[in-house]
Order: sequence, then C-alpha cells, then structure tokens
Amino acid sequence: MWRDAMLVCGKDLRIELRTRVLLWQVVPFGILTLVLFALALGPSATELRQGAPGLLWLALLFAAVLATTRSAGIEAPEGTRSSIRLLGLDAGGVFLGKAAALAVQLLAIAVVLEVGLLVFFHVGAVRLGIASPLELCALAALAAVGTLYGAVVAGTDVAGTLLPLLVLPALAPVLIAGEKGTAAVLAGGGPGRWAIILLVMAVAYLGVGTLLYGALEEPS
Amino acid sequence: MTRRLLDRALGPTALVLVVLTVWLGLWVTPPDQFQGNLVRLLYLHPAVAWVALYLAFGLAALSSALYLWPRTRSQRWDLLALASVEVGVVFLTLTLATGMLWGRPVWNTWWTWDPRLTSTALLELLFIGYLAMRRVPADPHVRARRCAVLALLAGLDVPIVHYSVQWWNGLHQTDSVLVGGLHFTIHGSMLYTLLLSFVAMSLVFVWMVRRRYEIAVRESAIADAALEGAVLERRAEAMR
Repeated sequence: MWRDAMLVCGKDLRIELRTRVLLWQVVPFGILTLVLFALALGPSATELRQGAPGLLWLALLFAAVLATTRSAGIEAPEGTRSSIRLLGLDAGGVFLGKAAALAVQLLAIAVVLEVGLLVFFHVGAVRLGIASPLELCALAALAAVGTLYGAVVAGTDVAGTLLPLLVLPALAPVLIAGEKGTAAVLAGGGPGRWAIILLVMAVAYLGVGTLLYGALEEPS
Repeated sequence: MTRRLLDRALGPTALVLVVLTVWLGLWVTPPDQFQGNLVRLLYLHPAVAWVALYLAFGLAALSSALYLWPRTRSQRWDLLALASVEVGVVFLTLTLATGMLWGRPVWNTWWTWDPRLTSTALLELLFIGYLAMRRVPADPHVRARRCAVLALLAGLDVPIVHYSVQWWNGLHQTDSVLVGGLHFTIHGSMLYTLLLSFVAMSLVFVWMVRRRYEIAVRESAIADAALEGAVLERRAEAMR
C-alpha cells in the first residue's frame, strides 16, 4: 500500500510540475481571495489583523476546492480510471498517494497565502507558524477530505458545482479549528487543543478514506 | 397477513399518537415554572431531533454500510438509505425550525453560533449534498456506491452534534431530562407527554420511510423497465 501511495503521489506531483495549474491558477486565486477580503474589510490595520486567521483559512478552503477539482480531474479523461484499476494498485494506497500530493500542493498554497497575510494584513512574521504542527494537521485533513469527495464527484457532468456543495460543509470543522488555533498562536499562545482536534480529524478522515476509496473506484 | 395488518395500522396509530401528544402538550400539561407556555414546544423539538439524528441518519449510515459490504450488497439497502435521508432531512429541518421558534423568546435571538446549532446546520447541509448527489444522472450502481460513501461521511458529524454540548460550552443546554442513567428530572404529565412525543414521532418516521421506500422501489422498477424496453426496441431495429 505504501509503495503504491508513493507511486501515485509522485505521479500527481510530476503532472503538477509539468502543467503548473497550481502556480498559474490556484495560487493567484488564493491571493485574489485575500485581496478581496481585505477590500471588503476596509483599510483598518486592526480589523485586518483581527480577521486574518479566519480569512487565511477561508482563502485556503476555497483554494483547496480548486486544487481538489484539479486533483480529481487528472483521472477524468475517458479510460484513465479503468487504466489505473488495471494496474492493480491498492485502492487505499491510491487514496493516500493522492491525498499526500494534494497536501503538498496545499502546503505550497498556504505558504504563499501566509506571505500574503504579512503584506496585506500586517501580521507578525514570527508568529505566523508556517508548517507548524497545527497547519500540517489541518492540511492533512483538508487533503484527505478533498481527495475523498473529489472521487465521489469524479466523472459526473456537474462535478464543478457539486464538489463545493459537498466538500465545504465537511471542511467547516477544519476551518473552525484552524482559525481558532491560528488566532491563539497570533495572540502569543499555543494552538492548544485545536491542534489535537485537527490531528484527530486528519487521522479519522485518512482512515475512513483508506477504507472507502476502493468502493468509489469499483467498476460499474 | 400479520405484517400487512401491522403495516396498515402503522399510519393511523402514528396519527392517533401525534394527536394525543398535541392534546397533552397543549391542554393537559401545566406551564413550566420558568419558561411558561414556551415549554410546550419542547414536546416536539427533542422528539424530532431524536428521529433525525439517531433514527434517520443512523438507519441511513447502517443501510449504506450494508450496501458497501460486498456480502450484503443489495439495491434495497441503497433505496432504504435514500428514504431514510429524505425523511431525516425533513425532521432535521423541523428540529432547526422548532429550535429557532423556541430560541427567539428564550435566548432573544432566532439564531446563534452555538456549537450544537452550528454542527446541526452543517449536518443538514451535508445531507442536502447527499440528496443533490442522488439526482445526478449516473449508472445506478455507481451512484449508489457514491451516495453510500457520502452517507457514511455525513454520519461522522452525528457524534459531533451529540457531544458538542459537552465538548464546548455553548448556549444550548446539556442533557437535562435524562441525567445519570435513567433518572428523570421532570415528572408527571410533563414526563409522559415527552416520552409519548418520542414514540409518536418515531412511528411517524417509520411510516414515512416505509412509504418513501415503496415509492423508490417502484421508481427503480419503472427505470429498469424503461431501460429494458429501450434495449428491446434497439434489438428489434437491428433485426429488421
């Protein structure tokens, strides 16, 4: 399973490196979201700083939906899914590999968005917590949920409209815990129980995804 | 024979119990010491919440799991999950609506971002997503598998809704009627009416799911017949 996961993860990341959809579409969308939030809140530095944790996670959530659509879309062309089935890869491994690749991409988006927070929202660089345990747990949960729901809508004509409806309510707990944890870190404390909640979510969704992904990939 | 009789008696029995609950709740039980007549809403709210959260979504998760398990895979589990979720969404909407009606005079607001309320609203959205997925044109088996996975994933929110009042301090009260095992904190006609409302709403749920399941079975048979008819038509065209 782990070997298959590495294989699939490497494949998805190689495709991303070659196509650069993340670089040219998802990352600019994330920055655009931050700018629009800043415009909606107004120029007050205090208000921007107060809203920064929530807006960071909201922007990351929207970017995650795009990245998920892209990740699921890799297998969208006719016959790709059946070709992958023919390779005899472990379904759990495929899920973990896709989730890992998505998590790496989300980490890259998160880093860019956090730099955006420094610039637009006047947040202190030291307290940002780039790649902190809180952030890594949250990104793992985002990636696991995204990969699973991406597979649920894959191949349907309405994937673009259905995915946000399905995935955003499922990701809302990650938004809440991520925002609370980041707010606590920015206030000078530690993420406390929010990091643990995110870790539990990540482990639960990775476990459930590993078990259920096979059912989604069965031939009709 | 007995099964048919039970089936026929289900609807009228549920109706009688609902009427009895309304009569007891509105006319027989006394007003509450603190909430006054507002307590009468609580003969409905916990019962519909119990049906939605535990009966409907529990049944949906169970039948979805049975559909996904290769040894028990059968279309009837998929149709039962569909019926259960549809009825569950109706009951969950009632839960939110009755909660809001009660919250306006007691909490002085229609809505507050309390953990119990928020997680319940998210659960409703998750199952609305399930119903949206049901309407996506797809191979019935593929759609059934996807919806079964969705029902199980959405079901993960049910324990969060249940324990939200204990994990986070919100406005919604914690367990206040049945505390520490089987020790009731209300008595007399109030207790009987509350217990009766749970039985009445559970029977209404069973009746609604039964009817919806029958409709789903017929819809599925019509779809299969239409498909078979189309195949026969094409075959006849090819033979000409």
